[in-house]
This record gives sequence, C-alpha cells and structure tokens, in this order.
Amino acid sequence: MSEQQLFKVTIDNITIEVPAGTTILNAARQIGGDVTPPAMCYYSKLEGSGGKCRTCLVEVSKGSEKDPRPMPKLIASCRTTVMDGMEVKNITSEKVIDARAGVVEFLLLNHPLDCPICDQAGECHLQDLSYDHGKEGTRYEFERRTFKKHDLGPYIQLHMTRCILCYRCVYTADQLSKERSHGVLDRGDHAQIATFIEKSLDNEFIGNVIDVCPVGALTDKTFRFKNRVWFLKPMDAHRDCPTCSGKVTLWNRGDEVYRVTARKDKWGEVEDWICNTCRFETKNTSDWVIEGPRAIDRHSVIAQGHYQGSVGMHKPTETFAAVNDGRAPHLLMDIHSVSEVNKDSSL
Amino acid sequence: MSVKLLLAKAHVEGIRGFDVYRREGGYQSVEKALKQMNPESIVEEVKKSGLRGRGGAGFPAGMKWSFIAKPEGVPRHLVCNADESEPGTFKDRYLMEFIPHLLIEGLIVSSFALGSNDTYIYIRGEYAWIVDILEDAINEAKANGFLGKNILGTGFDCEIHVQRGAGAYICGEETALIESLEGKRGNPRIKPPFPAIQGVWQRPTVVNNVETLAAVVPIINMGGEEYAKIGVGKSTGTKLISACGNINKPGVYEIDMTISVEDFIYSDEYCGGIANGKKLKACIPGGSSVPILPANLLLKTAKGETRYMNYESLSDGGFASGSMMGSGGFIVLDEDQCIVRNTLSLARFYRHESCGQCSPCREGTGWMEKILHNIEYGKGKISDIDLLWDIQRKIEGNTICPLGDAAAWPVAAAIRHFRDEFEWHVNNPLEAQEKNYGLAHYADPIHVPVTA
Repeated sequence: MSEQQLFKVTIDNITIEVPAGTTILNAARQIGGDVTPPAMCYYSKLEGSGGKCRTCLVEVSKGSEKDPRPMPKLIASCRTTVMDGMEVKNITSEKVIDARAGVVEFLLLNHPLDCPICDQAGECHLQDLSYDHGKEGTRYEFERRTFKKHDLGPYIQLHMTRCILCYRCVYTADQLSKERSHGVLDRGDHAQIATFIEKSLDNEFIGNVIDVCPVGALTDKTFRFKNRVWFLKPMDAHRDCPTCSGKVTLWNRGDEVYRVTARKDKWGEVEDWICNTCRFETKNTSDWVIEGPRAIDRHSVIAQGHYQGSVGMHKPTETFAAVNDGRAPHLLMDIHSVSEVNKDSSL
Repeated sequence: MSVKLLLAKAHVEGIRGFDVYRREGGYQSVEKALKQMNPESIVEEVKKSGLRGRGGAGFPAGMKWSFIAKPEGVPRHLVCNADESEPGTFKDRYLMEFIPHLLIEGLIVSSFALGSNDTYIYIRGEYAWIVDILEDAINEAKANGFLGKNILGTGFDCEIHVQRGAGAYICGEETALIESLEGKRGNPRIKPPFPAIQGVWQRPTVVNNVETLAAVVPIINMGGEEYAKIGVGKSTGTKLISACGNINKPGVYEIDMTISVEDFIYSDEYCGGIANGKKLKACIPGGSSVPILPANLLLKTAKGETRYMNYESLSDGGFASGSMMGSGGFIVLDEDQCIVRNTLSLARFYRHESCGQCSPCREGTGWMEKILHNIEYGKGKISDIDLLWDIQRKIEGNTICPLGDAAAWPVAAAIRHFRDEFEWHVNNPLEAQEKNYGLAHYADPIHVPVTA
C-alpha cells in the first residue's frame, strides 16, 4: 500500500498535517482549543451528518497551494475536506464570528430557554454554544413556536420545542436499527421530529438518540426530573451484556445509580453505542463492575462533578519521607499514625 | 419583430401533436445530432453557442455539460428541471403546454450528448395536466422511432420518464430535486459533491431547466456560432420572459436580449404599457428572488445608461443599483402597489417554502415575515427596519442552498431602495392601513455625477 498522502493545512495560523480526506473540522479538532469550531449537528460516528446547523462556518482565505483563491462564502467546516496548503480562518475572522453569532441567535430564536426545568441543562451543547458565541439578549419579540405533544413510548421523552433539527437522531435510528420509524415531518419552521402517527420507538438501540441529542429535545424518561446532572458523579463501569459492549458511564449520587449513558469523548460523541437494557433497566450498582471515575472535560458544568481523587478513590501519597531524606517523621507525643490520635495512649 | 427560435411555431394549429410538429420541421435536430454528430461535437456546439442556464443562475450550459464525470460502467442521467415554482415565472409551463415536442426533441439530443439512456423530467406537482401532455408527446415520439431502443437505427437507446413533484418550491433546487426524484424528502444536499459527479443514485447527473434544453434544438439546427450571433455579449440567443403584474398584456414573450427594458414594458409588441394608464413604480425583473428595482433604476442604470433585457445589463451596478435576469419572471408594479405588502408576500412565501434543514433559513425567514407583518399592519418600529436588514444579512450566503439567498435578496432590495416607504409605514401606522405610499420619487430621474 502506498503511504497515505498528507495535506498541510493552516487554521488560525496554526499549521498541521492531516491525511487527505480529513475535514477542516476534524483537522481543527486535532489542534484543539478555541481553534475548533463548534458543531451542533455534525457527529463523526454518523454517516451523512453535518452541514445543517451552520455553527461551524469558517472562512477559507486560501483554497489550496494549487488554487490559492479564497472561497467566496463561508463554508461548513464539518463537510469540507482540506486541500494541501489550505488556509482557514476561524476565530481570527470577523466574518465568521459575526455569522456564528447570527446562527446562535437563530438557533435560540424559538428555543424555549426552559433550562431551569430541562434535564439536559449542564450538559447541553446549546447552552455551551450560547455562552461561548451568543449575545446576552434576543431581539425576537414574538411568541415562540410550540408543537403538539408527541409520545415516543416508555423510555424517551420528546420535547419538540427544544429541538434544533440537527437530524442526528434520525441518522442514529437509520444507521443503528433495521427499520426506521421516525423522521422529520413537515418543512421550514414547522418541521418536526416525529414518528408516523404517534408510534412509539421500541428498537433495542433506540435509546442512543438521547445521547446524540445536543439539546434537551430527547431525554431519558427513567431519569426525568430525578436530579441535576451536575450533582451526579460520573463513573465508568461495564457489565457482561449480550446485546451491546456493556461499556457505560454511570451517573451516581452516593451509592445510587441515577442514570446510565454511553461513554462520551471530549467532543461529546458516544464511544460505544449501548442497548436499552443497559441504559434504562440496569440501575443497581451491583449490576455493574465499576472501573473508576470518568473525567469529563467538554462541558463546563458537569465537569465540576468529578471525584478528582478527593473521595478516597486515589489514596494521597505520603511525601514526608521523600522530602526528609528518607527519615520517618518524629511527631509530637510519639503519635506515629493518624488513627492513633484519638486513642487513649495510656492503654 | 425580433427573432423567435422557441415559440416561432407555438401558434401553429395542432403543434402539440407529433405530425404537425414534424411537418413544421420538428425532430430535424435529432436526425442531425444522432447521424452526423458525436456527443463531443454536440457539447462543443452548445459551448460555442454561449447558451446560459435559463433557470435563474445563468451558468453556461456547455460548461456544465463538460463537467459531467464519465466513470466506466456507471450510467449517467440527464434530468430536466420542470419544477417551475418561482412566483412570477411561468415560461416553462407555456412551452411544455403548447409545444411539448420541442422539449422532447431537446431532451433526446441532450441525452445523446451526455450519454443518458434514462432521462427524467421532474415536473412540479401542480402542473398535473402537463404531465399528460408530456406523456402523450413521449409516446408519440416513441411510436415514430425517436425514443426507445435503437433510435433512428443509430444504436442509441433513450427513455424519458416524467416524475411529478409533490408541491415544494425547494425541489427546484437541483440537489433537492435529485433527492425528491430518488423518493426521499426534498432536502438540498451539501455540495460538494456536485451532481455532475454524484447526482441521482450517486451517478453523474446533469440537471437543466426546460428552456435551456429546448434551446438546444435551434443550436443544433443552426449551429452554435450562428446562435451566438443572436443577442449581445454573453447574453446569447433568445430568452422567454413571463411578464405579469400591472401591465396591459401579461404573457410569455420571447426576446432576443437586445431590447431595452423601457421598450419591453411600453411597446405594443410586448407588455403594452402599464394597465389603466397608471405609472410604473417598481419591477422585479427576474422572478421573485431577484432584487426589486424602483422605476428610475429599472429603466436606466446608475450611470444613466439605458438598461436592456439581458444578463449583463440587468445586473449592472451589482445589487446596489442593479438586479438579475433570473428565471425571467418579470413582475411589474404600478403606483398603487405597496412595496411593504409585496415584500411581506414574498417573505411569507419563502418562510412557507424553506425546507427547515439549516438554521439561518428555517428561523430567519419566519422572523422576517413576522416583522414585515408588524410593519404592514401598523405595529412596526423604526428599529425593525435595521433589524430586518441585519437578519437578511445573516441569512445570505450562510445557508446550504440558494433558497436562503433568495429569501434575503427581496427584503434587502426593498429596504435598500424603498426605505422611506417602510419608514412612512412605521410613522403613519393608521394612514398606512387605508392608503398606499404611492409613486413618491421612485420614478424621478437619478442624478448622475459628471466625471471629467
């Protein structure tokens, strides 16, 4: 096999070499930090996703080494592949920042902003996006759009008013399950996620639509209103599951498992799809083999809920001997162990 | 009388049928193309003719044809875009209804040039009766050996299928049309890949407008170079204009693109002047998506030159003082028309027709409609005008397909040229409910600065 061709691409003045066929967004993710455009609809695990939300728009100031002309319009970085010598401006472009603020405003236009009662709050990509790229207020003075309530069965709660129509759940259902039972009905601003004539979704893997949903449009009915996500401690755990990999993240408070989700990487994308049984039906700590705490560094709020070695998971190392030439400490009254402090020394 | 290439025979009795069409010289181009020419030389002729896409964008058709990928063993398709849904545009309907064999003839020649054995006509759902006309024409052509297997003994096979849309403006966008043709929801695809590489069923596809494909017939008959002599500059050949609004003679006219806008509106051969002796206030010269122009900028460019009915002259001055040829839907507004109301109608149309796939268009079109509704019904604020401007600016260019631009341009142009009418609506909310702003200064001559 021939060696994979590498393309040199410069994003916000940082140059990186990536294999041909990489999208601008994925190249920027390799650099990381603020250079990475936000993405609300793109999902690397779902074929065909992306291009719809327009939050990842970037300016291409130089097309390639061969054709250095800049691209006339801002382009969706999630669906545009890099060319050799391409120069991309993300946060260094005024046009991009302006357009992105516009997109955030559009996305929030009809969003109910019911974060105080939304289960997604704290791990919501739309919250993050509006904190990072939005304006303080809205200029929209009209009634926000509402929809007829739609029941998707015992596990999944649909809040169509919160939906940003990223189509991720549609692709997930399409690509994970054999028969497709939900999609987008109607068009324009009255387009909605729905099943045909109120069917409930009952596929074994359909629970994954909750994990891919960037907002609180699809939430877990078994976790609904039970707890705020930032009060929960994420723990990696696994079990022997006949249907899926069984690798999950448990969200605990004390010893109680409040919810089970798939493990998500730092871009908020699912690492392994999990089945409905693991997600909705297996909520005893004894069902799981706990591997340890899960560090989450993407979301601002839920990242606060880490154990971070404070609750006895990591035993603090004894450093005294190391800094004292190997000598054991001489403590007052010959107390040589913490546990001896409260003992009656006369015994 | 100017040259007529497409509609010259449109009024011959019985031209809708094969026999009369053939007697009047029809299907000669098929004989010429299939027997004397090869696909490459047909593409070459179309390139030489300078024919530009008649659907709105004006992209050179020969160039588009030469982009089609030709991978070994993969079928290619030609798709005729008959999803004519732009408000004000009805030229394709006329052509297909009265002289359907011209389109079929153009399709056969173009299919041969592109190597398409299965060619599709995607027709808008509302044109239900035209489907029957086209299918009759296809059957007649087949019965006479111009379609089907081994056409005219040349070994070229071609079938034409007519597919009805389900009533969505967005399916006139070529990739949405392709999705719809495949039986999916008509959402535009993200480009690249372009249809010329991956179109219908991932096969190389060319999508052309009805009029573009019909124009291939005279190009083959007379030769590309002869065709290019008609018209002016890069606006070659003839163009069908569907004129409507406050004119004496609404209808479909074939022009050779050398006529001035003033002559087109006022001459008896074409629109015959403004109806009821009123004065011209404004005009949307190329279908509802293109910028509206006030009378003074319509008849003369910002430089004070006469404006002509062709691609270059109509777009002279860019969007600041010009417009576009578009699809040829020529909408004339007289002094009694209200620009705010007209803009509201268009905004409502685009809100209704947005597919809802990408956020700026889905949310922005509805927002613009609501604000325009407020202004029109006396509840507007002065700040709303700037807000509208900002919204359209954030939609334009940031969407997947051109529908976002098409929704933004009419609003932008209305504010650009008719801002005082919007302000009058806001400042006189009660009066605006009862009367219109009128002609005001929109027909006054424009001061042209003299350059030394």
